[in-house]
Amino acid sequence: MTALVTLPVLLPLLAAALSLMLTRFATIQRLLGLIVLLLIVLDAAWLLQVVDSEGPVVVQLGGHAAPFGITMIADRLAALLLLVSAVVTLSVLLFSIGQRITDYGRDTSSTAFHPMYLVLCSGVSLAYVSGDLFNLFVAFEIMLAASYVLITRRTTASRIRAGMTYVIVSLAASLLFITMIALVYAATGTVNLADLADKMGALPDGIQLGLSLLMLVVFGIKAAMVPLHFWLPDSYPTAPAPITAVFAGLLTKVGVYAMIRTQTLVFDHMESWTVLLVLGSLTMIVGALGAIAQDDINRLLSFLLVSHIGFMLFGLALFNELGMTGAILYVVHHIIVQASLFLACGLVTRHTGTVSVNGMSGVAKAYPLIAVLFALPALSLAGIPPFSGFIAKIALFQAGVQEATPIAYVATGAAILTSLLTLYAVGRVWVVSFWGEPSTPHPDPDPTDELIVGTRVTSRSMTTATGGLVAAGLLIIFVAGPLSGISERAATDLLDPSSYREVVLGDSAIAGGGE
Amino acid sequence: MFTINITMAVLLAGVYTVGFYLLMQRSLMRVVLGIMIIGHGANLFLQAAGGPPGDPAMVAAGVPENMVDPLPQAMALTAIVITFALTTFLLALAYRSWVFLGHDEVQDDLHDYRIRRLPRRYTKPDSLVGSDSEANS
Amino acid sequence: MKANPESDPQPNSESNSEFNLHEEMWNDWDVPRDQLLAGEYAGGVWKRSLLLESAARIVFPTVLVFSIYLLIAGHYDAGGGFSGGLVAGLAFVVRYVAGGRGELATILRIRPLVVVGMGLTIAVVVALAPLLVGGEVLATTTFDVPLPVIGDVKIATSLGLDLGVYLLIVGVVLDLLRTLGAGIELQAPGDRTSKREGA
Repeated sequence: MTALVTLPVLLPLLAAALSLMLTRFATIQRLLGLIVLLLIVLDAAWLLQVVDSEGPVVVQLGGHAAPFGITMIADRLAALLLLVSAVVTLSVLLFSIGQRITDYGRDTSSTAFHPMYLVLCSGVSLAYVSGDLFNLFVAFEIMLAASYVLITRRTTASRIRAGMTYVIVSLAASLLFITMIALVYAATGTVNLADLADKMGALPDGIQLGLSLLMLVVFGIKAAMVPLHFWLPDSYPTAPAPITAVFAGLLTKVGVYAMIRTQTLVFDHMESWTVLLVLGSLTMIVGALGAIAQDDINRLLSFLLVSHIGFMLFGLALFNELGMTGAILYVVHHIIVQASLFLACGLVTRHTGTVSVNGMSGVAKAYPLIAVLFALPALSLAGIPPFSGFIAKIALFQAGVQEATPIAYVATGAAILTSLLTLYAVGRVWVVSFWGEPSTPHPDPDPTDELIVGTRVTSRSMTTATGGLVAAGLLIIFVAGPLSGISERAATDLLDPSSYREVVLGDSAIAGGGE
Repeated sequence: MFTINITMAVLLAGVYTVGFYLLMQRSLMRVVLGIMIIGHGANLFLQAAGGPPGDPAMVAAGVPENMVDPLPQAMALTAIVITFALTTFLLALAYRSWVFLGHDEVQDDLHDYRIRRLPRRYTKPDSLVGSDSEANS
Repeated sequence: MKANPESDPQPNSESNSEFNLHEEMWNDWDVPRDQLLAGEYAGGVWKRSLLLESAARIVFPTVLVFSIYLLIAGHYDAGGGFSGGLVAGLAFVVRYVAGGRGELATILRIRPLVVVGMGLTIAVVVALAPLLVGGEVLATTTFDVPLPVIGDVKIATSLGLDLGVYLLIVGVVLDLLRTLGAGIELQAPGDRTSKREGA
């Protein structure tokens, strides 16, 4: 049973290793990636079912006991996000394989893409299940190192600057992360999250606050929280569509996950946290306003991504059960919707040959299927009923109103305003680019790079992958009941971490878990 | 609990200051150097977090009371490996950037620049399209 | 110039072995064996140095053996897969520095990325193996292996993980030499190489 927790980390790593050796055999490499990611989807679904009925599954690596060894733990939140992420990575891989076959033919293999993509998946899984702070750091580094390669692969003169920005900002954040770990270790003598939860309470309030703010900054950079968001809209749009999709869907959300995990488990926030509420509201508004100003559709979506990170921060900052439920629902919804938007956007730009919103028109008439694939997640992002965004947003609004403090009301107002601004931003894209008479496609400005646009060729697997992800987003509507049930139980677990602590640190429970 | 060595604290403060100062420069090489220096500082900090020096743990037949905590050393080792690998990557990237651009100045974001000038140019959106290449050359 | 004694044996390095069979072997017994020097010098940025080249070749196997010692000693003593791999990587770095990019091709016919892949595969398989016998991931046990001359040797299963790390690091170093060393040498502005050849 405990293998369910470790396999999502180790299987992609094994597949990455095999892919490195199989660079000459393109088809085997592709099949290997797809099969492994499919296995992880099944694994995560099973894990979610087990965790939801029997409680968290803990693995003490190598059998070393908790505060000293490395702990991996999957509770409801981790298992849920693992499942959603696996679905996204699988669809994006399918899209990317389709794109590669269309552009370069069936037999050309890639040295870097498959291994690095699988390493990225492994890092994401490890971040979800890691039970200590240092392991979390390692997971981030695995994930980010792979992302550096993916974002700077086959880079050109016009894109290298953005790649550099991304790498340097992420590296600076990682170094802050090490500093934070050093401070935490110096103060408490442990890095195990469950153990930290015990020992952090004994520290003076000032030190606790300092550490918690430092964690907020470290994960805030990764999650693109305003004012630490500046790197994201600059760097993400320069990557090819599938890469942007997986980055936008997963990497920032892993930052949000780390924030949720550390702030609820390690620190004892009894009431809503004003600093985070203010930052969350700022993130929502600044992101949405930034999106309105953009002309590049990828940058517009990137700013919307920043803006919607604010919703999750808002839910977290309330530190009540409803808010936490809303935040979890929002993370789940947003991972799928943002990834499918970027994929749909990739399809659109392949046909129009430009990323400029004003430069394209009549997409809906010329390519109705792609227009639908774009419209559904866009509406969901804006929170139109009955899409998944609506369900998540309503939970958050309710939580904000229930909190009933002035700052919570302001944040709720900001959230409502942001939803309207999002609707305006995607509505403008729809009106300008999708309506009207089809324009002649622009030629690819730089055919040598990975960003192949304007070829007017999309393969069936690309459309299928996008359609699948959009369908997964729609599926949320139909499983909304069970999903909110799980999110609610996950939120209860988060706000009362005693069961987490017991299951990690208690000795008899761990030995029993292996049978 | 222990108190940190004052020399170590001052040294760390100095290293971090130098690193962050370099990080904020325009020249890419200095930024890379800044990252390296903060990396060294952070790893040193992780070491210092383990407490004062003492006997090696596990290996030698020392007195357990005198042994240092091995965990921060293991973490520092991992962190050193990671920063080392990423520094190599960063240097390769900086080299690539130098090959492409011929200088190592970090440029402003082109899109930000265009959006700043947007009110004047909004009437003719065509000029926004595909001007990437000309503006970069 | 020092270049004379080493440039001479190169053209007839093939026929050297035949010469040895004949009586004339006494005439060239003091000619350096060609194994000690790079067979074909593929060009590099630096000037060739006889001392460095032969020293690198003499030291090379010793350093590799030392790296394997570090790999095996790692479980109980200073060392381990990572440091062992780095030391082995350094051996290759010395060869590269001495002999230029052609040198690496003569020692190793396998692609560096395959070495990385092999190392990672071994490491992950060793990590997963305990699952098959009902243990936790990464669990280790030790075996006593009686060896004829050396005596009983304790071998921990984590040696497999170290071996994987060792290969991975060697592969990474080789790949760095290939891309950042030889790759940049090839891309380097032409005037530097031409100046060297003209000198």
